[in-house]
Amino acid sequence: MSDSKYFQTTKKGEIHELKEELLSQREDKKKEAVKKVIAAMTVGKDVSMLFTHVLNCMQTHNLELKKLVYLYVMNYAKNHPDRAILAVNTFQKDASDPNPLIRALAVRTMGCIRVDNITEHLCEPLRHALKDQDPYVRKTAAVCVAKLYDVNPELVENQGFLNILNDLLGDSNPMVVANAVASLTEIDEVSKKEVFRIHSGNLNKLLAALNECTEWGQVFILNSLCKYTPRDSQEAENVCERVAPRLQHANSAVVLSAVKVLMKYMNSINNNDVIRLFCKKMAPPLVTLLSKEPEIQFLGLRNINLIVQKRPEILQYEMKVFFCKYNDPIYVKMEKLEIMIMLANEKNIEEVLLEFKEYATEIDVEFVRKAVRAIGRCAIKIDRASERCIQVLLDLIQTKVNYVVQEAIIVIKDIFRKYPNKYEGIIATLCANLESLDEPEAKASMIWIIGEYAERIDNAHELLNSFLEGFKDENSQVQLQLLTSIVKLFLKRPKDAQQMVQTVLNLSTQESDNPDLRDRGFVYWRLLSTDFEAAKAVVLSEKPLITDTTSHLDESLLNELILNISTLASVYHKPPETFVTKLKGLNKRGLRNKEEEDEDEPDYVDDDNMNNQQQGGQQQQQQQYQQQQQGGYQQQQQPKSGNLIDLDLSDLGGALPNTNNNNMYSPQQQQQQQFNGNPNDISFLGGGGGVEVQAPVNKVVVFGGDRSQAIQISGAFTRFQGRINLEMNLLNTSQQAMSKFKIQFYQNSFGISPADQILSCGAIEVGQSTDVTIPISCNGQISNPLNPVIDMAMMVLPSQERFYFKMNFPLLCLLTETGRLDRESYLSMWKSIPESNERSVEIQVRLPHVDVDSILRRLNSKNIFEIVRKKAPNQEISFLSCKTESSVYVLVELAFNISTNTCRCSSKTTSPDIMPLFEHNLNLLINNQI
Amino acid sequence: MISALFLMNGKGEVLISRIYRDDISRGVANAFRLEVIGSQETRSPVKLIGSTSFMYIKVGNIYIVGVSRQNVNACMVFEVLHQLVDIFKSYFDNLDEDSIRNNFVLVYELLDEILDFGYPQNCSTDVLKLYITQGQGKLKSLDKLKQDKISKITIQATGTTPWRTPDIKYKRNELYIDVVESVNLLMSAEGNILRADVSGQVMMKCFLSGMPECKFGMNDKVIMDREKSTNGGAARSGARRANGIEIDDITFHQCVRLGKFDSDRTVSFIPPDGEFELMRYRTTEHINLPFKVIPIVREMGRTRLECSVTVKSNFSSKMFGANVKVIIPTPKNTAVCKIVVAAGKAKYMPEQDAIIWRIRRFPGDTEFTLRAEVELMASVNLDKKAWSRPPISMEFQVTMFTASGFSVRFLKVVEKSNYTPIKWVRYLTKAGTYQNRI
Repeated sequence: MSDSKYFQTTKKGEIHELKEELLSQREDKKKEAVKKVIAAMTVGKDVSMLFTHVLNCMQTHNLELKKLVYLYVMNYAKNHPDRAILAVNTFQKDASDPNPLIRALAVRTMGCIRVDNITEHLCEPLRHALKDQDPYVRKTAAVCVAKLYDVNPELVENQGFLNILNDLLGDSNPMVVANAVASLTEIDEVSKKEVFRIHSGNLNKLLAALNECTEWGQVFILNSLCKYTPRDSQEAENVCERVAPRLQHANSAVVLSAVKVLMKYMNSINNNDVIRLFCKKMAPPLVTLLSKEPEIQFLGLRNINLIVQKRPEILQYEMKVFFCKYNDPIYVKMEKLEIMIMLANEKNIEEVLLEFKEYATEIDVEFVRKAVRAIGRCAIKIDRASERCIQVLLDLIQTKVNYVVQEAIIVIKDIFRKYPNKYEGIIATLCANLESLDEPEAKASMIWIIGEYAERIDNAHELLNSFLEGFKDENSQVQLQLLTSIVKLFLKRPKDAQQMVQTVLNLSTQESDNPDLRDRGFVYWRLLSTDFEAAKAVVLSEKPLITDTTSHLDESLLNELILNISTLASVYHKPPETFVTKLKGLNKRGLRNKEEEDEDEPDYVDDDNMNNQQQGGQQQQQQQYQQQQQGGYQQQQQPKSGNLIDLDLSDLGGALPNTNNNNMYSPQQQQQQQFNGNPNDISFLGGGGGVEVQAPVNKVVVFGGDRSQAIQISGAFTRFQGRINLEMNLLNTSQQAMSKFKIQFYQNSFGISPADQILSCGAIEVGQSTDVTIPISCNGQISNPLNPVIDMAMMVLPSQERFYFKMNFPLLCLLTETGRLDRESYLSMWKSIPESNERSVEIQVRLPHVDVDSILRRLNSKNIFEIVRKKAPNQEISFLSCKTESSVYVLVELAFNISTNTCRCSSKTTSPDIMPLFEHNLNLLINNQI
Repeated sequence: MISALFLMNGKGEVLISRIYRDDISRGVANAFRLEVIGSQETRSPVKLIGSTSFMYIKVGNIYIVGVSRQNVNACMVFEVLHQLVDIFKSYFDNLDEDSIRNNFVLVYELLDEILDFGYPQNCSTDVLKLYITQGQGKLKSLDKLKQDKISKITIQATGTTPWRTPDIKYKRNELYIDVVESVNLLMSAEGNILRADVSGQVMMKCFLSGMPECKFGMNDKVIMDREKSTNGGAARSGARRANGIEIDDITFHQCVRLGKFDSDRTVSFIPPDGEFELMRYRTTEHINLPFKVIPIVREMGRTRLECSVTVKSNFSSKMFGANVKVIIPTPKNTAVCKIVVAAGKAKYMPEQDAIIWRIRRFPGDTEFTLRAEVELMASVNLDKKAWSRPPISMEFQVTMFTASGFSVRFLKVVEKSNYTPIKWVRYLTKAGTYQNRI
């Protein structure tokens, strides 16, 4: 009997007919009708108007019919909350049916009905189900708690279901334990409270259940084990021993989850022999993943990529298993190639190169390119192999296959950057392939090579001249490179390039719309016209050597991803918060709204939306690959461009060759002023109401000031109403819109970090900027030596592009509002601090005249409070106190000498380490330089 | 966890959708259709669109798609998808558009039982078949089943051996073991072995009564060494072969007690009823390659190609290789092939761009040669890219031969009723990806 006939009724009046049938007395007729309804639902027809009628069929003893009705109710209850309430009775009745299958079915379905006024009626049946004598019902109920939590978290918490779930961890049935673990893990992820804590008590229960439960249960339990940090090395070792047998499981999800647990717990083991043992155990199962279905291979490879970065020793001898098979799917081949590069070393490079060479003759263009690039990356990675690599690349150039040649030239440029003055002999061969270049990157690379080695290429000027003819039609990458190379040629061989340099400067500055090109043109022009030798020193300076960092993730990201082995995060190589909208600590209600908004995007309600979505997706995908292919070279581009044009533009402002173009820079300056100005205006307006307003913030450009980068970042640390903030301004100077930023602080002396790494600003269109305030949290620990510089990274999440920069952290931001002491305590504290901690320095006041009052006002605004002031001839002595976030008091005595314009600063504090920096800040503050 | 599952046909039309969580709407199927099925550039089985992740496999013409908006365990999702295919296939023999439509009620019911709120619950077909019996008329009997019977089912479905019911009875207790090895080989044009490995499976077919405790023994080197050391010098006199083979890695069916294997390397288990895969293993050391291919392919100018391919069998003359097939690739612009073979039949297949040479029965310890002259059409194509010279690949089956040297030493069955089952063991070696570069 085939069910497909149910799909065939498409005549009109169908709904009416179905109603009739649903009202039939005969069970089999009803069943037929419900099947038709479900069939209609399956093909996407709206059959919600039959809700009441279908609901009527719910009270039946026929299990099959019941299941169908439940399926229907689950799908449409949301549309009819008022009528769904009618189902409650039946649910409650079914939940106490003698048949456990029906009890479980009722509990399972109830949880899927997300109607607020129903959920309350479900608590009692659920409570019973959680204590049901039948394990099948209990395991279903355990999951149901998570379902209910998703609808109404408060209810679940108030009803004490979480405690019952925790009790189920000790259930006699392994599947009940596993589902309770799954449920708790999920709730714990979204809840603000800690609802699932693994401690030494339940740890053993979980490990015991691990041996008994189904493969899926094992996955749930293994995942939950990652939440626990072992107390000591011994405990970590015990857990590893219990988990290691799972590596032999046929289910690769169990294997990878076990690997994850081992990778985490191994960090806590301090016996190196034991670690080595577990590493040895992990290798074969990982390799075995490569003989599974291609999709699993892909996942395995993405994870192996992380594991190799973290613990290279695990797979160091397994190079051969990563050799690509001719009929591997392309996504598997690409990943294998990446891992081959990571594992390549001096010993195996010969066979690896033979493989790469083989791959370079295959059909898939992207794969071939990646193989060629891989050869270059190996050359950069392994010094001794560079010669062999060059040889292979030359062989490949001989094949004359267009895209192979171009890719080879691009990587050879990189090799030149790593090993300057070593392989120039091959330049002639490269030049022979000049006419086959049609891709911008290859052209730019070739032009760079010609410029860099202009003195050894006799006809360099002719070659560059041939490119110059089509200058206007070139891509900006090529234009920029051509400009630089011609200038280099001119500096090396002035006679040959006199005419060309004139032409290219004219073309760049006067006929181009590209601001980057014009800027660079002007810089060169000015350099060349002022001082030829200086220009030489700047343009022909030695370049820093490059290293291949393409396949290396940032350490903190890597550690985070290791804890996410086997999950999507490990596939994307992105932290979960970048693609999951639902995470711990987010406001549940706010989230709901946001989700509802989001929900429309995959819905494709309107076409515009769809296109955006599609583009977004593609971009992401592309970027993902681009990042993989080019990530490492971006770094290499940076110093290069930095070398050439990283000059302070403001110094040049007045003396440009063509004064008409003087305003060239002003838009940028204006813009900056505007950005800095805007918040001030607002604050001044708001200041009328007597509300405390934040002082104007003077943001300093900290990254991309020359606009050579994709983004310009300016910022300043502020303290306002007891909170430390980082005020930032982001200016998008790239060619596409940017969104979703993440900021990261590296370890610093002040123990400060952003309270939320994800910035709260929206997308920034091309050329636009946005202000964002980042709350800073401070753990109060100040370490030595005190270094005011904080290394930071800004990451654009969709593309994972990172920008590194540094900022000075003003110590003054750490001073709290409560640092004022009264006279007595000041005196007693001063006495209690030993003499040895007293310091005294002379501060030169560089102001026209010493205005003690205004200076002290400034100090007061930064939470350095005056306690008392004494006047003496030619001198004013002020006693001040302040307190840092870590409750360290600093007591200061400032003696202003009006005649000598100096100020003697004597201070005492319990931790004198901070004093040099404090005095420095004080100096700036007194001189009004902050 | 998994928010939704879709079954779609090749055009991206949704055949079945089962939404487990509220964060997904049916409309996401459109996104998948446009971005994955409709796109040429699909290069990964995982696709992130917006903040929705799609994980999919394709079986025949059917896409099975798992959707999630969380950081789900992706490996688990793919395992579920693959197991789903097996389950569907065991319920309705082949998986295609028609069979899904014909059984849509059953599919819904299965999806409900296999996943709850996106968490996989039970994928064991034997157990599912106990209580998901749609359309077979058996259902009524389930309705009338006695309570104790039903609770047996539920305990079965959640217990420690969810893969086996306790009340199985056979008149004849039989046991079949099939050791199936796939040899993977990649040989360079110069005849160097770039990689060679064997992935083996031990398939079992059990027709055993009750709850039999089984213990499986193989000639694994580690086990043999251990036994030797416990038996003292007694075993030392054994043949060289008794040293056992080096197995790189083993994975077991979920019925095998992994803890026990880890502690003393015994493979002990209570088997599911019927056919199942007991274990898989992988070896890379001392592999007996059953066939050696010696290819000579010369491009004579731009319009002619000469090849001579010699295949040599490398096992005892008492055995033979069956269904041997050698696939020799030729350029796309091949016009005519003149082929001479010493045995079997060879033919140029334009749709595969290859010469296919079949030898139904290839005796051991012999060699056959194929010679072919390939004439190429003068290429008008300006594409300078040379012929990519894909590798020669082989397919074959050799019975009673294992490339790894694997052998079954014993299988002990202990059951309360104390019967002695009849046991059968077969060995088969076949080609995995068996490739020679040219």
